[in-house]
Parts: sequence; C-alpha cells; structure tokens
Amino acid sequence: MSLILMLAISLTVSAGVWLLLSRDLFRVVLGLAVLGGAVNLIVFMSGRPSSLIPPVIPTDADALVAGFANPLPQALVLTAIVIGFALLCFALVLAARVSRDHAHSDVKQQQAAEPQQSGETLYKPAVLEDVQ
Amino acid sequence: MSVLSPFLIALLTALLSGFARGRALLAINLGGGVALLLSALGLLREVNAAGRLSVALGNWPLPYAIEFAADGLSAALVVLIALVALAVTLYQSNWRELPASRGLYPLQHAMVAASVAVCLAADLFNLYVWFELLLMSLLGLLVLGGKARHHEAAFKYFVLSMLGTLLMLAAVGLIHGATGHLNFSALRIAAHDPALSEALRVYVGLLFAAFLLKAGAFPLFAWLPAAYHTLPAPQLALAGGLLTKITVYVLLRLSGQVFDAAFLLDALGWLAVITMLSGVLGAAYHWDLRRILAFHIISQIGYLLLGVALASQAATVATGFFLFHNLLVKANLFLIAGLMWAQAGHYDLRRIGGLYPAQVLLALLFLLNAFALVGVPPSSGFWGKYLLIAESFRQERFVWGGIALATGVLTLYSMIKIWLEGFWKPLPALAEGSRRTPVASGLKSAYAAVIALSLVIVWMGVYPEPLIAFLSTHSADFWSMP
Repeated sequence: MSLILMLAISLTVSAGVWLLLSRDLFRVVLGLAVLGGAVNLIVFMSGRPSSLIPPVIPTDADALVAGFANPLPQALVLTAIVIGFALLCFALVLAARVSRDHAHSDVKQQQAAEPQQSGETLYKPAVLEDVQ
Repeated sequence: MSVLSPFLIALLTALLSGFARGRALLAINLGGGVALLLSALGLLREVNAAGRLSVALGNWPLPYAIEFAADGLSAALVVLIALVALAVTLYQSNWRELPASRGLYPLQHAMVAASVAVCLAADLFNLYVWFELLLMSLLGLLVLGGKARHHEAAFKYFVLSMLGTLLMLAAVGLIHGATGHLNFSALRIAAHDPALSEALRVYVGLLFAAFLLKAGAFPLFAWLPAAYHTLPAPQLALAGGLLTKITVYVLLRLSGQVFDAAFLLDALGWLAVITMLSGVLGAAYHWDLRRILAFHIISQIGYLLLGVALASQAATVATGFFLFHNLLVKANLFLIAGLMWAQAGHYDLRRIGGLYPAQVLLALLFLLNAFALVGVPPSSGFWGKYLLIAESFRQERFVWGGIALATGVLTLYSMIKIWLEGFWKPLPALAEGSRRTPVASGLKSAYAAVIALSLVIVWMGVYPEPLIAFLSTHSADFWSMP
C-alpha cells in the first residue's frame, strides 16, 4: 500500500509541476491545486496509513504500541484542504479577472506591473516606467 | 492569557473595523492600535519579569497541545509590530488614494493579527496556518487596487507564495511523520536524536527552503519586486516592513532553538551574501521609489540571513538587533516615500525634484532614516551592522564580512541617488502624462507617524545598550544543544 501511495504522490507532484510551468493562467492555477493535493497526500502519508496497529492503548499496557497508525495527520490534512480550497477559489476568480483585463490568458504577456521592456537607457526621461 | 491578548485585540479590531464608517472607523482603528501596543508592552513586561510564558490551547498536556509562547525575542518583536501598525494607522487616517473598500481595514488588521500570531506560535503546523492567513490578507490588500497591474501583481505573488507554502506544508508533514511531534520544545528534543538525523536533514532543508522563499532570499525573491510596488504607501510600509522580517525571525528560532541545522549554515551564509548583493544591485538599477525600496528589503534580508548563518549566541543578538532596526527603518522609509509622492506628485525619481528646499522636514526625516538604513554612526543600523560584521570576522568569515561592508557602500549609493534625484535637483519641467497632486493639507497625521517612528529609531541608535543587553539575556539558550 505504501508503495502505491508513494507512486501516486510522485505522479501527482510531476503533474502539478508540469502544469505550473505552462503558459496558460488557468493551467498554472490547476497545477497549484494538483500540487496541493500531492502535498496533502504527503502529510497524510506521515500518519503511517500502512500500519495495522490501532491508536488504542491495549488493556494490559499503559502506552501505545510503537508504530501505531497516527490519526493526527488527518486533522492536519483537513485543515490544509480547507485552506487550499479557499485559495483555489480565490485564484480562479483572480485568473479570470486577469484574463479578462487583457482578453487573453497568457502568462508571458502579463507585463502591466513590470517596468517597460523598451531597451532604452536609464537616462532618457521621455521613456518612463509605469505611468500611474 | 496575556500571551494571546495582543493577537485577540488585533483580531477584534479587524472584525469591528469592517462594520464602521467615518469617525467611528477612525476611532476603532486608532483605539485598536493603541490597545495592541499597550497589551504588547504588558506582555513584554511580564516576559521580562517571569521568563518564557506559554499557554496551551484547551489546557491539553503540553507536547500534544497547540501552544503559544512568548519569550524575550518574540515579545519584543510583537511590541515593534504593534508600534509599526499604530504608526501606519495614524499615517493613513487622512490619506487619499486608498481603495474605497470596506474590506481595507479588516484585511490590514488581519495581516497585523496574523503577524503577531506567527511571532507567538510555538507549534509547527499552527505556524503554517498563520502564514496562510498572512498570505490571504496580503492577497486581499493587493487586489483591492482594482486595476490590471494590481491583479497581475496579486497573481504573481499568489503563485510563488503558494509554492512556498506547499513546500512548507510538505516539510511539516514529513517532520511530523519522522519525529511524531509538532511542538517546538518537543521537536527540540526529538530532532537531536542521532537516529533521525539523516532523514531529518532532508526535511529540515525543505522547510528552510520554503521559509527562504517566503523571506525573499536569493534565487526565489522574484515575487517581491513583482508585487509590492502596486500597494499604496501605508499598506506597502506594513507589508514591506513586517512580512519578510517575521519570516527571518521564524528561521532564527527554528535554526537556533528547534532543529539541528548545522549542515546547511555554510550554504545559507553564501546565499545570504548573494542575496545582499543582488538586492542592492537591483535597487541601484531602478528609478521608481517603491521598486528601489522593495529591492532594499531583499538586500537587508541578506544581512539577516547572514546573522542566522553565523549560528552563535552573539550572532543571535546581532540578528535580533538588526531585525528590530530593520523593521522600523524599512517601514519608515516606505512611509517617507509615500510622503514624497504626496508632495511631489510621482514615485518616479526622474519626474520629481526640488523637495529639499520645498519640504525641509521631509528631507531631514529622509536623511535620518536613510543613514539609519546605510549604517552611519550613531544610528541603529550602524550598531546592527557592527554586531553582525564583528561576529562574522570573529568567526573568520572574512569574505562574508567584506561583502556585507561592500553592500553597505552600495546601499549608500542608492540612498544618495534618491536624495540627489528627489530632493536636491530642481523640479524638472512637467512631462507628458504626469500628474501633480496639490500639496495636501491632510498630511499632519502622516508626518506625526513618521516623526514618532524616527524618534524610536534615533533612540535605538543613540542608546542601543539596553536592547543589546535584553537580547543577550533572552537568547541564552539559542544554539546550545539540549
């Protein structure tokens, strides 16, 4: 089981990073979502999901058996899922607004907040940065 | 309870400021700021008397409870955050060009509340949650501008910052899986277990990479100059002064008190000096005041990371002093840049000029803060840099110390460029498309805020000994094996 989980995590991370490097705004956001899912799986995996020992103290002992399945990471993953979901919704609306501002969704052409790529020297006051 | 009270007051201010308008809003903002400062000072006084204070949420037993803790370093940092937040609130009470949105003040106070919570958190996953809330509040502030460049800046900031957050979350999950703990004190014991050290190196390295991204260290700082300059001056002072500095505070605490980070200190030192140089060279290139100062944030973060990399108790004192000095001076410089914009009409240095004869007080304040940033004696920057560079020479890191000194010279160049272009040269003729805003009459509160912060900075420079002694006593257990 743990091997399948590790393969799933590595595939998901690869897919997420591939999408993050793409040229379309929405694919970048999707890449972040997929990468977030992969990271959630990593946190989930830290709870030893392959262990068969329940997190219950046996009747004849006074401490948990070492290597028990830890339920705490599931609470951590829930928090991370909620935060990630809220940010994903915000990011989608933001990407929609950015692509509406420019009538395209190309990452490389988002230059409104950058200084002009005009190649001019710095000492020509006629060509200036963001005209506010 | 006094550990949580600064955070709760900031949260209450954030909630109330969403429902008020006009004078009531001003009263809530200023009252909340004053209450935050007073509770932070009360916390500092208690910590000074009683040592490290901690509260476990829900009264659960400690290694498994979510803990908030205040020791000397974090209590002092909370006081400074409260001071800067109050100054910014005072500054913007009459400020034009603020987004006319009901969400402005709640987001701003939420950012302050999240910063305070980051300083007080003593649990690794709780730290992640507060960093997320910081990210969300800054995103909200970025998009409030409403124009295309604000949306683009927010998008770029979001993507890169989210990447850092995901790296941090992965590292936190892996560390929890390896050690079984999330609490800083429990991790301190568990992380020095020799059986775990090989696995933990990778996880700690990943965690530090995430925090270096969020702090604005060398290859990963692109989000800072891409996004910060679109904010209006008060929010820029808050974001530029607070966020990266508390990330360095977290790095200091994690490397000095929690994890065994000795294996990455050399690399961190080299990254720090490259960060210093690339930040100040980037600042030397630009002409827009906000971009210049944003690059200076990166360069000063380089100094702070050098202090973390030097890894001794004296270096912790130096880093703490530099952190406090830098938080105040960067915020104040951004506020002064805002005043320059209000009285000259533009942020671009090539379009403004003649501010020295016109606004002598502003020129004086700029010189004071610029020299504090550069490190001209007897300013707070001088003591901070002296402590750092003396420690790096004491550890025979001559190249690092030499680069730190060279960066100081380049910082001086950049500040003199701002002085010559913005204050000394006469006003250039009106260019096409420039806009002259009339000298505003509502600037008294802004000047009052800047003068108040400048007085604290001058006091820190002229009388540094109490702060250094305070930091020495409260960093005694940094960089010592448990």
